[in-house]
Amino acid sequence: MDKFNTFTGIVCPLDRSNVDTDAIIPKQFLKSIKRSGFGPNLFDEWRYLDHGEPGMDNSKRAVNPDFVLNDPRYQGAQILLARENFGCGSSREHAPWALEDYGFKVILAPSFADIFFNNCFKNGLLPIVLKEEIIDSLFKMAMGGQPLEMTVDLQDQRLKLPSGEGIDFEVDPFRKDCLLNGLDDIGLTLQHVEAIRAYEERRRREAPWLFGS
Amino acid sequence: MSAKTLYDKLWESHLVRSEADGTALIYIDRHLVHEVTSPQAFEGLRLAGRKPWRVDANLATPDHNVPTTPREGGVEAIRDPISRTQVETLDANCRDFGITEFQMLDPRQGIVHVIGPEQGATLPGMTVVCGDSHTSTHGAMGALAFGIGTSEVEHVLATQCLIQKKSKAMQIRVEGELGRGVTAKDVVLAIIGEIGTAGGTGYAIEFAGSAIEALSIEGRLTLCNMAIEAGARAGFVAVDDKTIDYVKGRPYAPEGELWEQAVASWRTLHSDRGAQFDRVVTLDATAIRPQVTWGTSPEMVVAVDQRVPDPGEESDGVKAEGMQRALDYMGLQAGTPITEIPLDRVFIGSCTNSRIEDLRAAADVARGRRVAGNVKQALVVPGSGLVKAEAEAEGLDKVFIDAGFEWREPGCSMCLAMNADRLESGERCASTSNRNFEGRQGQGGRTHLVSPAMAAAAAVAGRFVDLADLDKG
Repeated sequence: MDKFNTFTGIVCPLDRSNVDTDAIIPKQFLKSIKRSGFGPNLFDEWRYLDHGEPGMDNSKRAVNPDFVLNDPRYQGAQILLARENFGCGSSREHAPWALEDYGFKVILAPSFADIFFNNCFKNGLLPIVLKEEIIDSLFKMAMGGQPLEMTVDLQDQRLKLPSGEGIDFEVDPFRKDCLLNGLDDIGLTLQHVEAIRAYEERRRREAPWLFGS
Repeated sequence: MSAKTLYDKLWESHLVRSEADGTALIYIDRHLVHEVTSPQAFEGLRLAGRKPWRVDANLATPDHNVPTTPREGGVEAIRDPISRTQVETLDANCRDFGITEFQMLDPRQGIVHVIGPEQGATLPGMTVVCGDSHTSTHGAMGALAFGIGTSEVEHVLATQCLIQKKSKAMQIRVEGELGRGVTAKDVVLAIIGEIGTAGGTGYAIEFAGSAIEALSIEGRLTLCNMAIEAGARAGFVAVDDKTIDYVKGRPYAPEGELWEQAVASWRTLHSDRGAQFDRVVTLDATAIRPQVTWGTSPEMVVAVDQRVPDPGEESDGVKAEGMQRALDYMGLQAGTPITEIPLDRVFIGSCTNSRIEDLRAAADVARGRRVAGNVKQALVVPGSGLVKAEAEAEGLDKVFIDAGFEWREPGCSMCLAMNADRLESGERCASTSNRNFEGRQGQGGRTHLVSPAMAAAAAVAGRFVDLADLDKG
């Protein structure tokens, strides 16, 4: 995983609550056995006017001009501004893969679905929970004439607006450390092989029926 | 010693180590694997030169992509080449890594959340995970079960553990007796209607109370299946005699002395008297009526004798807008009685409602009746090959076929339309599945979530109908 560095990016406002993983990446694209290449089909059903299938040349498809991702102001956006319960539904990691592949690095929302929230961190995406009123004011700024740009500083846990105003955010210290250093969970867990073996040994005595075949 | 919740007990018995900030390593007893969320995990193992930590903890089956039409041609005959590749990739990965797999033509193949309990591969007191959000289903056995992403699938394969933080504990009590024709599906939809789809976010939910105790194990599986639709990764029910009776004699269940030892341990799997929860919600079972969703989120639900709600009466602006968007997508007018909504298709199946009791309940309604003329297709898709065989032994297949339903091979099918079973744009479906999201059953498709009996009644009436009124015309 790449290290998460401080960056400045455009904010794309997606003004809907309960955006589910089926909407983020429709199921026909889940049949891939790869991890990459999902970006062009991010929000496929909202983004294009036709029905998308794997293998189509997306550059030749008719785009929905009313969908925010197609608005010229938000091209190249790296920060997605969303509403409550973002990422609900399936556990499919294809959702964060698609967001990441598209170019998003940060998602701001008043709340996230648990599994999605967790999956983001494993793919270098930073989901940030902000108070409803802060999200509301960011929507107002992002939906104005000029696109909103902000700087995301994970080390200091702070969003910096062009006005100079700063918004502090919370992040789990373990997850922060993993993102900043690009650490992979499996490597970290395998540092505790002895603890896992000791647990198994004890458990095998206490609950031997769990170790059949 | 202080009183513990069932969640405390399940969590503590699987704790390998924990950090001061609460980040913990927990041990996973059972890992269920299917074809959609596993290929990239196996690929990751290969790239890192890693092997599964404990091969015998894994059990695999293809379910999302498999066709539900006759399968004589085997995997090679799956028409969609991309679906076929995923099923073949699962077969190859299980073969290469030595993982037990019920392949597509195995009589035990089925939806992963049906076969776990059916095989006794899910046992009380276990931690159970799978790359699928409906893994919460297995909590009905008194297990801690939750869905994970593909990175975590790889993590479990490689280490038999997961990095987790303990959730908050919620107890949802449903007290009193359920009315006639009110099922576990109606209970869970009513719960979601009450607390909302994000109501359980950050919590593990224990379902309790006299109405839950009265449910069969299959009913509890339906209930826990949809904990995730209330936002909770895990939902579970305490172990009682029904749980133990259900497990006894299943292929993966312990036997002899081990059985006795296991049962003694399982008897402790309940919340202690006086245990503290972060939140307790209580519902009156007698007030729950058969439920029908009207919108594009499971919380958009009313009773069958109610009307489609009016966004104009919602004071929260963002919510009202969401309701209007849902009505537009669903092609519904506010104020329409639910019983006046006509259907194009009916789907009876999915990890929520495809077990034998579900099929019996639907067959009881279908028996001696006919699918209405306006319903183009009524599908019945059993949850596993063994459920299918049991239903056929009881003659349920004949009941359905005689009534004009289609009787299919097991799989996820039209719950998420990854195989050929799907809605056309604009079609309206009464479905026993778990999600009514936009496009879930096919792009532009309109889903109404209901119980198996309600789905069968909708098929024969051609519209939603209160079961009590079915023969009144």
